[in-house]
Amino acid sequence: MSSSASVTGAHASAAAPPSNLAPVLRVEHLSMRFGGLIAVNDLSFTAHRGAITALIGPNGAGKTTVFNCITGFYKPSEGRIALQFGDPGVWDELSALTERGTRSIRRGDGVLFLLERMPDYLVTQRARVARTFQNIRLFQGMTVLENLLVAQHNPLMWASGYTVLGALGLRSYARAERSAIEKARDWLERIGLSERADDPAGELPYGAQRRLEIARAMCTDPVLLCLDEPAAGLNPSESAELGRYLFEIRDEHATSILLIEHDMTVVMEISDHIIVLDHGQKIADGTPDDIRNDPKVIAAYLGVEEEEVAEGEVNGGAQGRT
Amino acid sequence: MEASPPASRVDLARALRQTAITALIAFGLLLPLIGFNTVQNIRNELVLETRWPLLAALVAIIAAGRFLHAAFIAPALARRALRPRQEDAKRVATRARRLRWLTPFTLGFALLYPALVLSIVGTQGAVKWIDNFGVQILIYVMLGWGLNIVVGLAGLLDLGYVAFYAVGAYSYALLAHNFGLSFWILLPVAGCLAAFWGILLGFPVLRLRGDYLAIVTLAFGEIIRLILINWVPVTNGYAGISGIPRPTFFGIAFNASDEGFAARFGLEFSPVYRTIFLYYLILALALVTAALTVRLRRLPIGRAWEALREDEIACRSLGINTTNTKLTAFAMGAMFAGFAGSFFAARQGFISPESFTFMESAVIVAIVVLGGMGSLLGVAIAAVIMIGGTEIMRELDFLKVVFGSAFDPTQYRMLLFGFAMVLIMVWRPRGLIATREPSTLLKTSRRALLREQKTTKPSLAQERHG
Repeated sequence: MSSSASVTGAHASAAAPPSNLAPVLRVEHLSMRFGGLIAVNDLSFTAHRGAITALIGPNGAGKTTVFNCITGFYKPSEGRIALQFGDPGVWDELSALTERGTRSIRRGDGVLFLLERMPDYLVTQRARVARTFQNIRLFQGMTVLENLLVAQHNPLMWASGYTVLGALGLRSYARAERSAIEKARDWLERIGLSERADDPAGELPYGAQRRLEIARAMCTDPVLLCLDEPAAGLNPSESAELGRYLFEIRDEHATSILLIEHDMTVVMEISDHIIVLDHGQKIADGTPDDIRNDPKVIAAYLGVEEEEVAEGEVNGGAQGRT
Repeated sequence: MEASPPASRVDLARALRQTAITALIAFGLLLPLIGFNTVQNIRNELVLETRWPLLAALVAIIAAGRFLHAAFIAPALARRALRPRQEDAKRVATRARRLRWLTPFTLGFALLYPALVLSIVGTQGAVKWIDNFGVQILIYVMLGWGLNIVVGLAGLLDLGYVAFYAVGAYSYALLAHNFGLSFWILLPVAGCLAAFWGILLGFPVLRLRGDYLAIVTLAFGEIIRLILINWVPVTNGYAGISGIPRPTFFGIAFNASDEGFAARFGLEFSPVYRTIFLYYLILALALVTAALTVRLRRLPIGRAWEALREDEIACRSLGINTTNTKLTAFAMGAMFAGFAGSFFAARQGFISPESFTFMESAVIVAIVVLGGMGSLLGVAIAAVIMIGGTEIMRELDFLKVVFGSAFDPTQYRMLLFGFAMVLIMVWRPRGLIATREPSTLLKTSRRALLREQKTTKPSLAQERHG
């Protein structure tokens, strides 16, 4: 536990408060309606570069819907979802891009995307947003290594000359594949699955599958990693490990993280910034400390997951469990 | 482990009881089906006949089978399940070794098959054996391998695969007939046209999966067949196209003329040369299909196909364009069907819509499913069993001695077909060869890994735990 606390401590002293960082994702007036049902209503929030942003709320608050809108699985009914990487100056072009009606705009080495205009696979391929799922979606019958190679599909496709050159057995493709395998090996070592690289992913224990799914998403080289309940079904020591793992991703890969989580201990411990949703609407937005003391948040959770809030308060305050 | 005498007596009583129940069910089912028979007599009257001896014989056979199973087979299986099994790793290793030898052996046999046939039955009988068994089976092996890309790898259930086979066959037949182009030019053309139709079909059905996709592809297969029947000015309808030019041996025709193959090479003319040539041609085409499939599996596109089969949503979340991935699978599968189709037209010399019914699609899908989705060797074995099995039924004339001269073994083909399907689905629900070989392994070389497994098992175990 001490290591986790020290990581948190180091982060708190090293990183500036999130509000001073450049935004990586800006969601503005997002609404999603399914027939008469309003799943998300006029939601606006910002996720900052190099920060862990958590999206919490009671069941049915619309968190996963927000994720599906960001990652292109749903077309939002209204609103704008902008993502940027490279030079932050490109944010100035946001209204120009909106006017222009195209998917992205480039200035210098900065690129700005409007995600609601892109199909799901391009959100990952071009805008570099990766995601995991609430119910793990690994390629069960394929090996652990193959799962990580499929995640590197686009660069490998390019290297194989859209299959033609690769089928001819060109050396350049072999080299690209070797480096892809090296990258996969790196991730496998990090999540402690090197020994099981050649086993079918479906045969891994649950916790390992969760870790593998995150590693697979990371293999797409994302600037924003969206995790849908990464700690669901993990035991306390596995959740603590997940926290360390996420800090590592944030600090070493310059990847910003957006996560949905129910486990308040995890949320309070690792998040830099928390957004609380209830019935599709934002009811609070701030640092873990702000959220913990927000009467609206407590009210939203009362009677629904009262114990979990209380537990989150106690544990979050003490910065540890043991 | 030995069952004590009282226990075995109890088992016997139970077996008898089960036998009685089975016999009763069989009797109930077969009474209306077999026991009664309606016959029209000379005055066109319907007369009810009874067939008690036949009914009794069938019920007795079923009861005996059930008794054997309940009294002997089931206890033996249960005893075997109790016995400690061979070490898992060891079993996997022996099976892998057996499979490793099976492929070169099968390949060698396929290469030597015409020579074997020639040496056993001589030039006269060889045509039948090479054509009916060799060529016929290899056409289905190739179709199975082509469909394996769509169904086995990409997981798109295509029930109209024969449509692309038809496109290939008619492309060759019409272009060769009307423009006099040679087989070697039209082979790739037919493949490309079939692939084009694959993409054309692919576009509208991309959003569909599973059952819905199966229904639409089934309809597509029927549409192509109906077009072939009804577009008489071009396809000549039911009458089909005859006089399709035969493939040549690089420009040398297989005929009795002085310019023919036999004369050129100083051989006595015999139809067997053409058959042998066709055999090696389809063998080469099938092997190209296999080689390309093996190659593509190791490329990103092949992995994307398999990932698509496993989970389409996860594929999209990883930035894979599933539309293009499905289209390439469809096009690739269709292209091989087109090659096979043009070969079929060239071999037959005559084609008609009769050859491209839904039954053909069903047989090809059955071959892929029986063989084990994604396994090349399994598909080949399944094709040998299914097609070779049907053909061998024609040869079982000795059965007429047993069952009387009116007995025609080929009539029971579908019955056995269904029976084989049921058996395989019971014993090997995932097909004959269900093990999936990973497209790549983390260990630097696969051979090194196998060597390691063979020589130093304990150290490997240590390594795994350490």
